[in-house]
Amino acid sequence: MLLNLYKQDKAAAFLMGSIGFIALFVPLCNLILPAESALHFSAYSVSLIGKYLTFALLGLSLDLVWGYCGILALGHGAFFALGGYAMGMYLMRQIGNRGVYSNPLLPDFMVFLNWQELPWYWYGFDQFWFAALMVLLVPGLLAFVFGWLAFRSRVTGVYLSIITQALTYALLLAFFRNEMGFGGNNGLTDFKEILGFNIQSEAVRAFLLMASGMALVVAFLVSRWVMNSKLGRVVTAIRDQEMRVRFLGYRVELFKLWIFVFAAMLAGIAGALYVPQVGIINPSEFSPLNSLEIVIWVAIGGRGTLYGAIVGAVLVNYAKTLLTGWAPEIWLFFLGATFILATVFLPDGLFGFWQRRLKGQKS
Amino acid sequence: MSELALKAGEVDTSHGPILYMEGVSVSFDGFKALNNLSLYIDAGELRCLIGPNGAGKTTLMDVITGKTRPDTGSVFFGQTIDLLQMDEPAIAQAGICRKFQKPSVFDMLSVFENLELALATHKGVWPTLFAKLNSVHHERIEQVLETIGLTEHRSHLAGILSHGQKQWLEIGMLLMQEPKVMLVDEPVAGMTHQEVERTAQLLLSLQGERSIIVVEHDMEFVRSIAQHRVTVLHEGSVLTEGTMDEVQNDPRVIQVYLGD
Repeated sequence: MLLNLYKQDKAAAFLMGSIGFIALFVPLCNLILPAESALHFSAYSVSLIGKYLTFALLGLSLDLVWGYCGILALGHGAFFALGGYAMGMYLMRQIGNRGVYSNPLLPDFMVFLNWQELPWYWYGFDQFWFAALMVLLVPGLLAFVFGWLAFRSRVTGVYLSIITQALTYALLLAFFRNEMGFGGNNGLTDFKEILGFNIQSEAVRAFLLMASGMALVVAFLVSRWVMNSKLGRVVTAIRDQEMRVRFLGYRVELFKLWIFVFAAMLAGIAGALYVPQVGIINPSEFSPLNSLEIVIWVAIGGRGTLYGAIVGAVLVNYAKTLLTGWAPEIWLFFLGATFILATVFLPDGLFGFWQRRLKGQKS
Repeated sequence: MSELALKAGEVDTSHGPILYMEGVSVSFDGFKALNNLSLYIDAGELRCLIGPNGAGKTTLMDVITGKTRPDTGSVFFGQTIDLLQMDEPAIAQAGICRKFQKPSVFDMLSVFENLELALATHKGVWPTLFAKLNSVHHERIEQVLETIGLTEHRSHLAGILSHGQKQWLEIGMLLMQEPKVMLVDEPVAGMTHQEVERTAQLLLSLQGERSIIVVEHDMEFVRSIAQHRVTVLHEGSVLTEGTMDEVQNDPRVIQVYLGD
């Protein structure tokens, strides 16, 4: 399949090849090479790279909605966080009686709140398959209900952006409350095992990185297939001339809804892969700021290209890791400045710039 | 609900007209854009609509295509299909297609892809995701490319076409939908003289198989295509109807429109 892709689209093949290489090379170097080797990756780097890959998947999913369909969703982080919570709930229930209070059924925070019973919505999360299903269904269902109401009422543009932002903010406030039963302020953490394996072990971390890389490659290929289908052309057409599409006989709201739900599910998968690698999920993941950051990754990388979102997410997050290490207080100023500079000087992002350079050289 | 009644060829034109508008009124904040307007379009007819600015020409198209809901009145497609019960996509699928005043093509798609999107076929989300063009579709697209004279531009992005070519492409997109009624809003605005002539030929060649309603300001152009009836709108209702000569010699028309 990669060979086929290489024939059609060299950049895509190159990018997917690199991701595949990283997803294999980094874990292997971590596991096989001794710690003193120059090529050895520490456990910290493995988790960090794995985290970047989940962010890349998150960026990719926003690119479908924003870059291709023109819906500037400023609450996309909510779907990522919901996927993360679904995975977090599974990991919480795997703790079993190894928690501080040794309650075999209830997670520590529930015991602490003096709860006697497990809330009904925690049922089933002791099963991995159920949690995995919820990782897709919960973000998908929220996107479906929200999108159905918004798109059917023909809410567009800045109004839609504002209500998506309000959506994630409302979830942030809700998840902060202890009564919600998701660990309140502290969220879910202190995980022990995933599928019976120690979540701290190097092998599991290496495997999670591989899984993140694999998820990214598969999501990219599926998204690329969707965008190259007639549906992709309809979606692009909606972005540019929504009214015209409607008068061609397409129900625009259903197409927007489809893309929105699909993207929300991808974001949910990204969140589910993120949580075991960072070891915690808390309400701050719903912060509107997080959702804005995703938009910035995609803008810097280049909208409507799929590659751009991946490259943007990794570059911006790498810069974030470096900068928050040196001087955490300037990170937000740096991010804002980068966004403004990118909007002014690279309106099509890095990928658009690169493509224009290539074209310029040819002609 | 409406889709059931929409199978191609089910429009009942047994009484002659394909489009009935009766007593239609639309007001925006007290301004009466359409005022008790009644209009009948025969099957296969090419009808020209003229009228000064603000006469309600574009609002009339908005009502027929479902973009604007009238305050009162009825709009029927054939004898049986009530257009006021349908939304824009349903009306488009039923066979009433519209060209906008400002050329509305998809700049980021190629000419071929623009026509492909307009193709009359299943327009649901899942059928669209798995859609494949068969040989009949390809032939149809080639045929339309030929009709609108854009065969050699097929793989160009629509964004780089000239203004006139974009207008033709949009007419081509209407043809791909296999419409029974085509609403064409100001097709020659901003065209060169030769382009205007080509457009007139194109529209004349299309009449007969389908009804065409042309809204236009350019009198010379209207004269060149109006072989039957011309309708003059004024202040939201029909001022008069007749051949171009009758209309142009009508003193009321001269007063409101041509005389100034």
